[in-house]
Amino acid sequence: MNELLLGLADDELIIGWRDSEWTGIAPMLEEDVAFSSIAQNEIGHARAVYELLTDDADALALDREPAEYRCAPLVELRLLDWAHAIARRWLYEQADEIRISALREDGDARIAGLAAKINREEAYHRMHAEMWHERLRDELRFRDAVAELWPYALGVLPPAQRGELASRTGLAEVGAVERGTHTDDLAQLWDEMTMVRRSQPAGTQW
Amino acid sequence: MSGEPVWEVFRQERKGQPFEHAGSIVAPDAEFAEAWAREQYGRRGESAALWLVPRSMVHVVDTWADEFDLKYRRVDGYSIKARLKEARERTAARAG
Amino acid sequence: MAAAEKPVDEQAFLEVVQAGGQVEATDRLPEEYRLKLIKFIEMHGNSELMGVLPEREWILRAPTLRRKLALTAKVQDEVGHAQLIYRVVEDLGKPREQCLADLVSGKSKFHNVFHYPTKTWGDVGVIAWLVDAAAIISQKALLKCSYAPYARIMKKICWEESFHILHGRDVILTMVTGTPAQFELVQESLDRWWGPLMQFHGNPIPSDEDPMFLWRIKSQGNEEARQQFLEGYVPQIWELGLTVPDPKLRRRDDGVWEYTEPDWDELRSVVTGHGPKTAERLAFRARFIEQERWVRDAMLTA
Repeated sequence: MNELLLGLADDELIIGWRDSEWTGIAPMLEEDVAFSSIAQNEIGHARAVYELLTDDADALALDREPAEYRCAPLVELRLLDWAHAIARRWLYEQADEIRISALREDGDARIAGLAAKINREEAYHRMHAEMWHERLRDELRFRDAVAELWPYALGVLPPAQRGELASRTGLAEVGAVERGTHTDDLAQLWDEMTMVRRSQPAGTQW
Repeated sequence: MSGEPVWEVFRQERKGQPFEHAGSIVAPDAEFAEAWAREQYGRRGESAALWLVPRSMVHVVDTWADEFDLKYRRVDGYSIKARLKEARERTAARAG
Repeated sequence: MAAAEKPVDEQAFLEVVQAGGQVEATDRLPEEYRLKLIKFIEMHGNSELMGVLPEREWILRAPTLRRKLALTAKVQDEVGHAQLIYRVVEDLGKPREQCLADLVSGKSKFHNVFHYPTKTWGDVGVIAWLVDAAAIISQKALLKCSYAPYARIMKKICWEESFHILHGRDVILTMVTGTPAQFELVQESLDRWWGPLMQFHGNPIPSDEDPMFLWRIKSQGNEEARQQFLEGYVPQIWELGLTVPDPKLRRRDDGVWEYTEPDWDELRSVVTGHGPKTAERLAFRARFIEQERWVRDAMLTA
């Protein structure tokens, strides 16, 4: 269970980091604001899940080496173009809903309760992603982006849940880019994400 | 984004409060208008509800005929101080 | 807005606004007033937007989850403010795309402080605490702007900004009570930012020579704003054991703050587009505006 939860938390932390890269440069100011809300929610979810696993969420989030993170390759990718960014949002929210639905049934009340809370916030992420999917689905570059990221999206979920993701998205199941190895993009992200924290000894107050 | 409709946003602070004009948003349709209005006027949980109305649907009324003295219909058209004072003085005089 | 057959009586209009009256988007406005208003409000919108880029770098580098959340929320507010501000400009007749095009081409201006680099986490604290404080002083004065739609959004803006300064002060306090290296980070940052902060409110112009004041777009003079900033924040800076890099800075017995004359040449050079980071930041914005043009086009189709 801890691996699963750590994977969830790391996914939310890293996709939150990626979503906040759009600060100041989204296609319209309104989406700058929307992506900021989504990013804040994701960081908040990461923090809440880390807190199930440890007393020091900041240390768990920010003091590990890149190889120790359990995030899926999908969230690590540097995707600074809108077609890919929205494609990732749309695919990730669908995968995440399947994962969170399962956790809402968990025997541990703390996990089930947290999953329910996360789900209520994610309902708005799903609305947002659907809205954009509707608007962009006739754009070739968007369809290409979805196709390109699809194997990565499958890798967010354990094999048993991938069939459901395929039926939700209407895409045929293919070989997944599995969790366990990291993309080149993660090293650069990690470097920037941890540079201030690493500049002072462990335990420094910020 | 020019060419897209303007939506007027009315927000209600708490249940029971009136809806007040809060500003406007440009969006291509009601879905985007809702998503973006939620962000601008509700991300801090500061609104109980929002009404989004296309600007073209708002019928503006801002000119009035104000030719004749209609003050008799309003509270500020009445000044009772002087007569009330006299009435009280007379009552006191009769009692005394 | 109905087409006017004769020009608006400027004198009558001036009397209304100078007596504290306000006007709406649907009122007939003197053309000079409308143009000055657009320029002033547009510069405010540009500033909110250009303030985002220096702070964006530090969202990505925030050393705790709480700081990351707070900084993301703060910057989000600023983008939201730009959105509100450009909407007001649009109703005055200048579309947002035109504002953004003029911004990236260098035709329109934004405040000096956003032309400078951010170098350390110390800057994150100094900006959120002191730059925002300087800005809020000006913004509170705009609550009385003669143009009502702008005055109304200023109310929302001031309300949202109230947490920014607290967040900034919290970041600073944590560092000045942390390691010696952290204290140094704050001091070094303050040494770099003091010059631009002193220039921020602009060189003193007598009120009767300032069109912004005559039209009651602004209700506070530049020097008045600067004095308010010094009065409010220098004691707070000193009580933390920090020094201000101005040997002449002192408060006279009559309450007026004396200081070394700010470098007005630097201010003029920076706001006309020659700041250390001006070109790079505008180019960054321009690149993404171009890259994502197709998205805005996709919004226009049914």
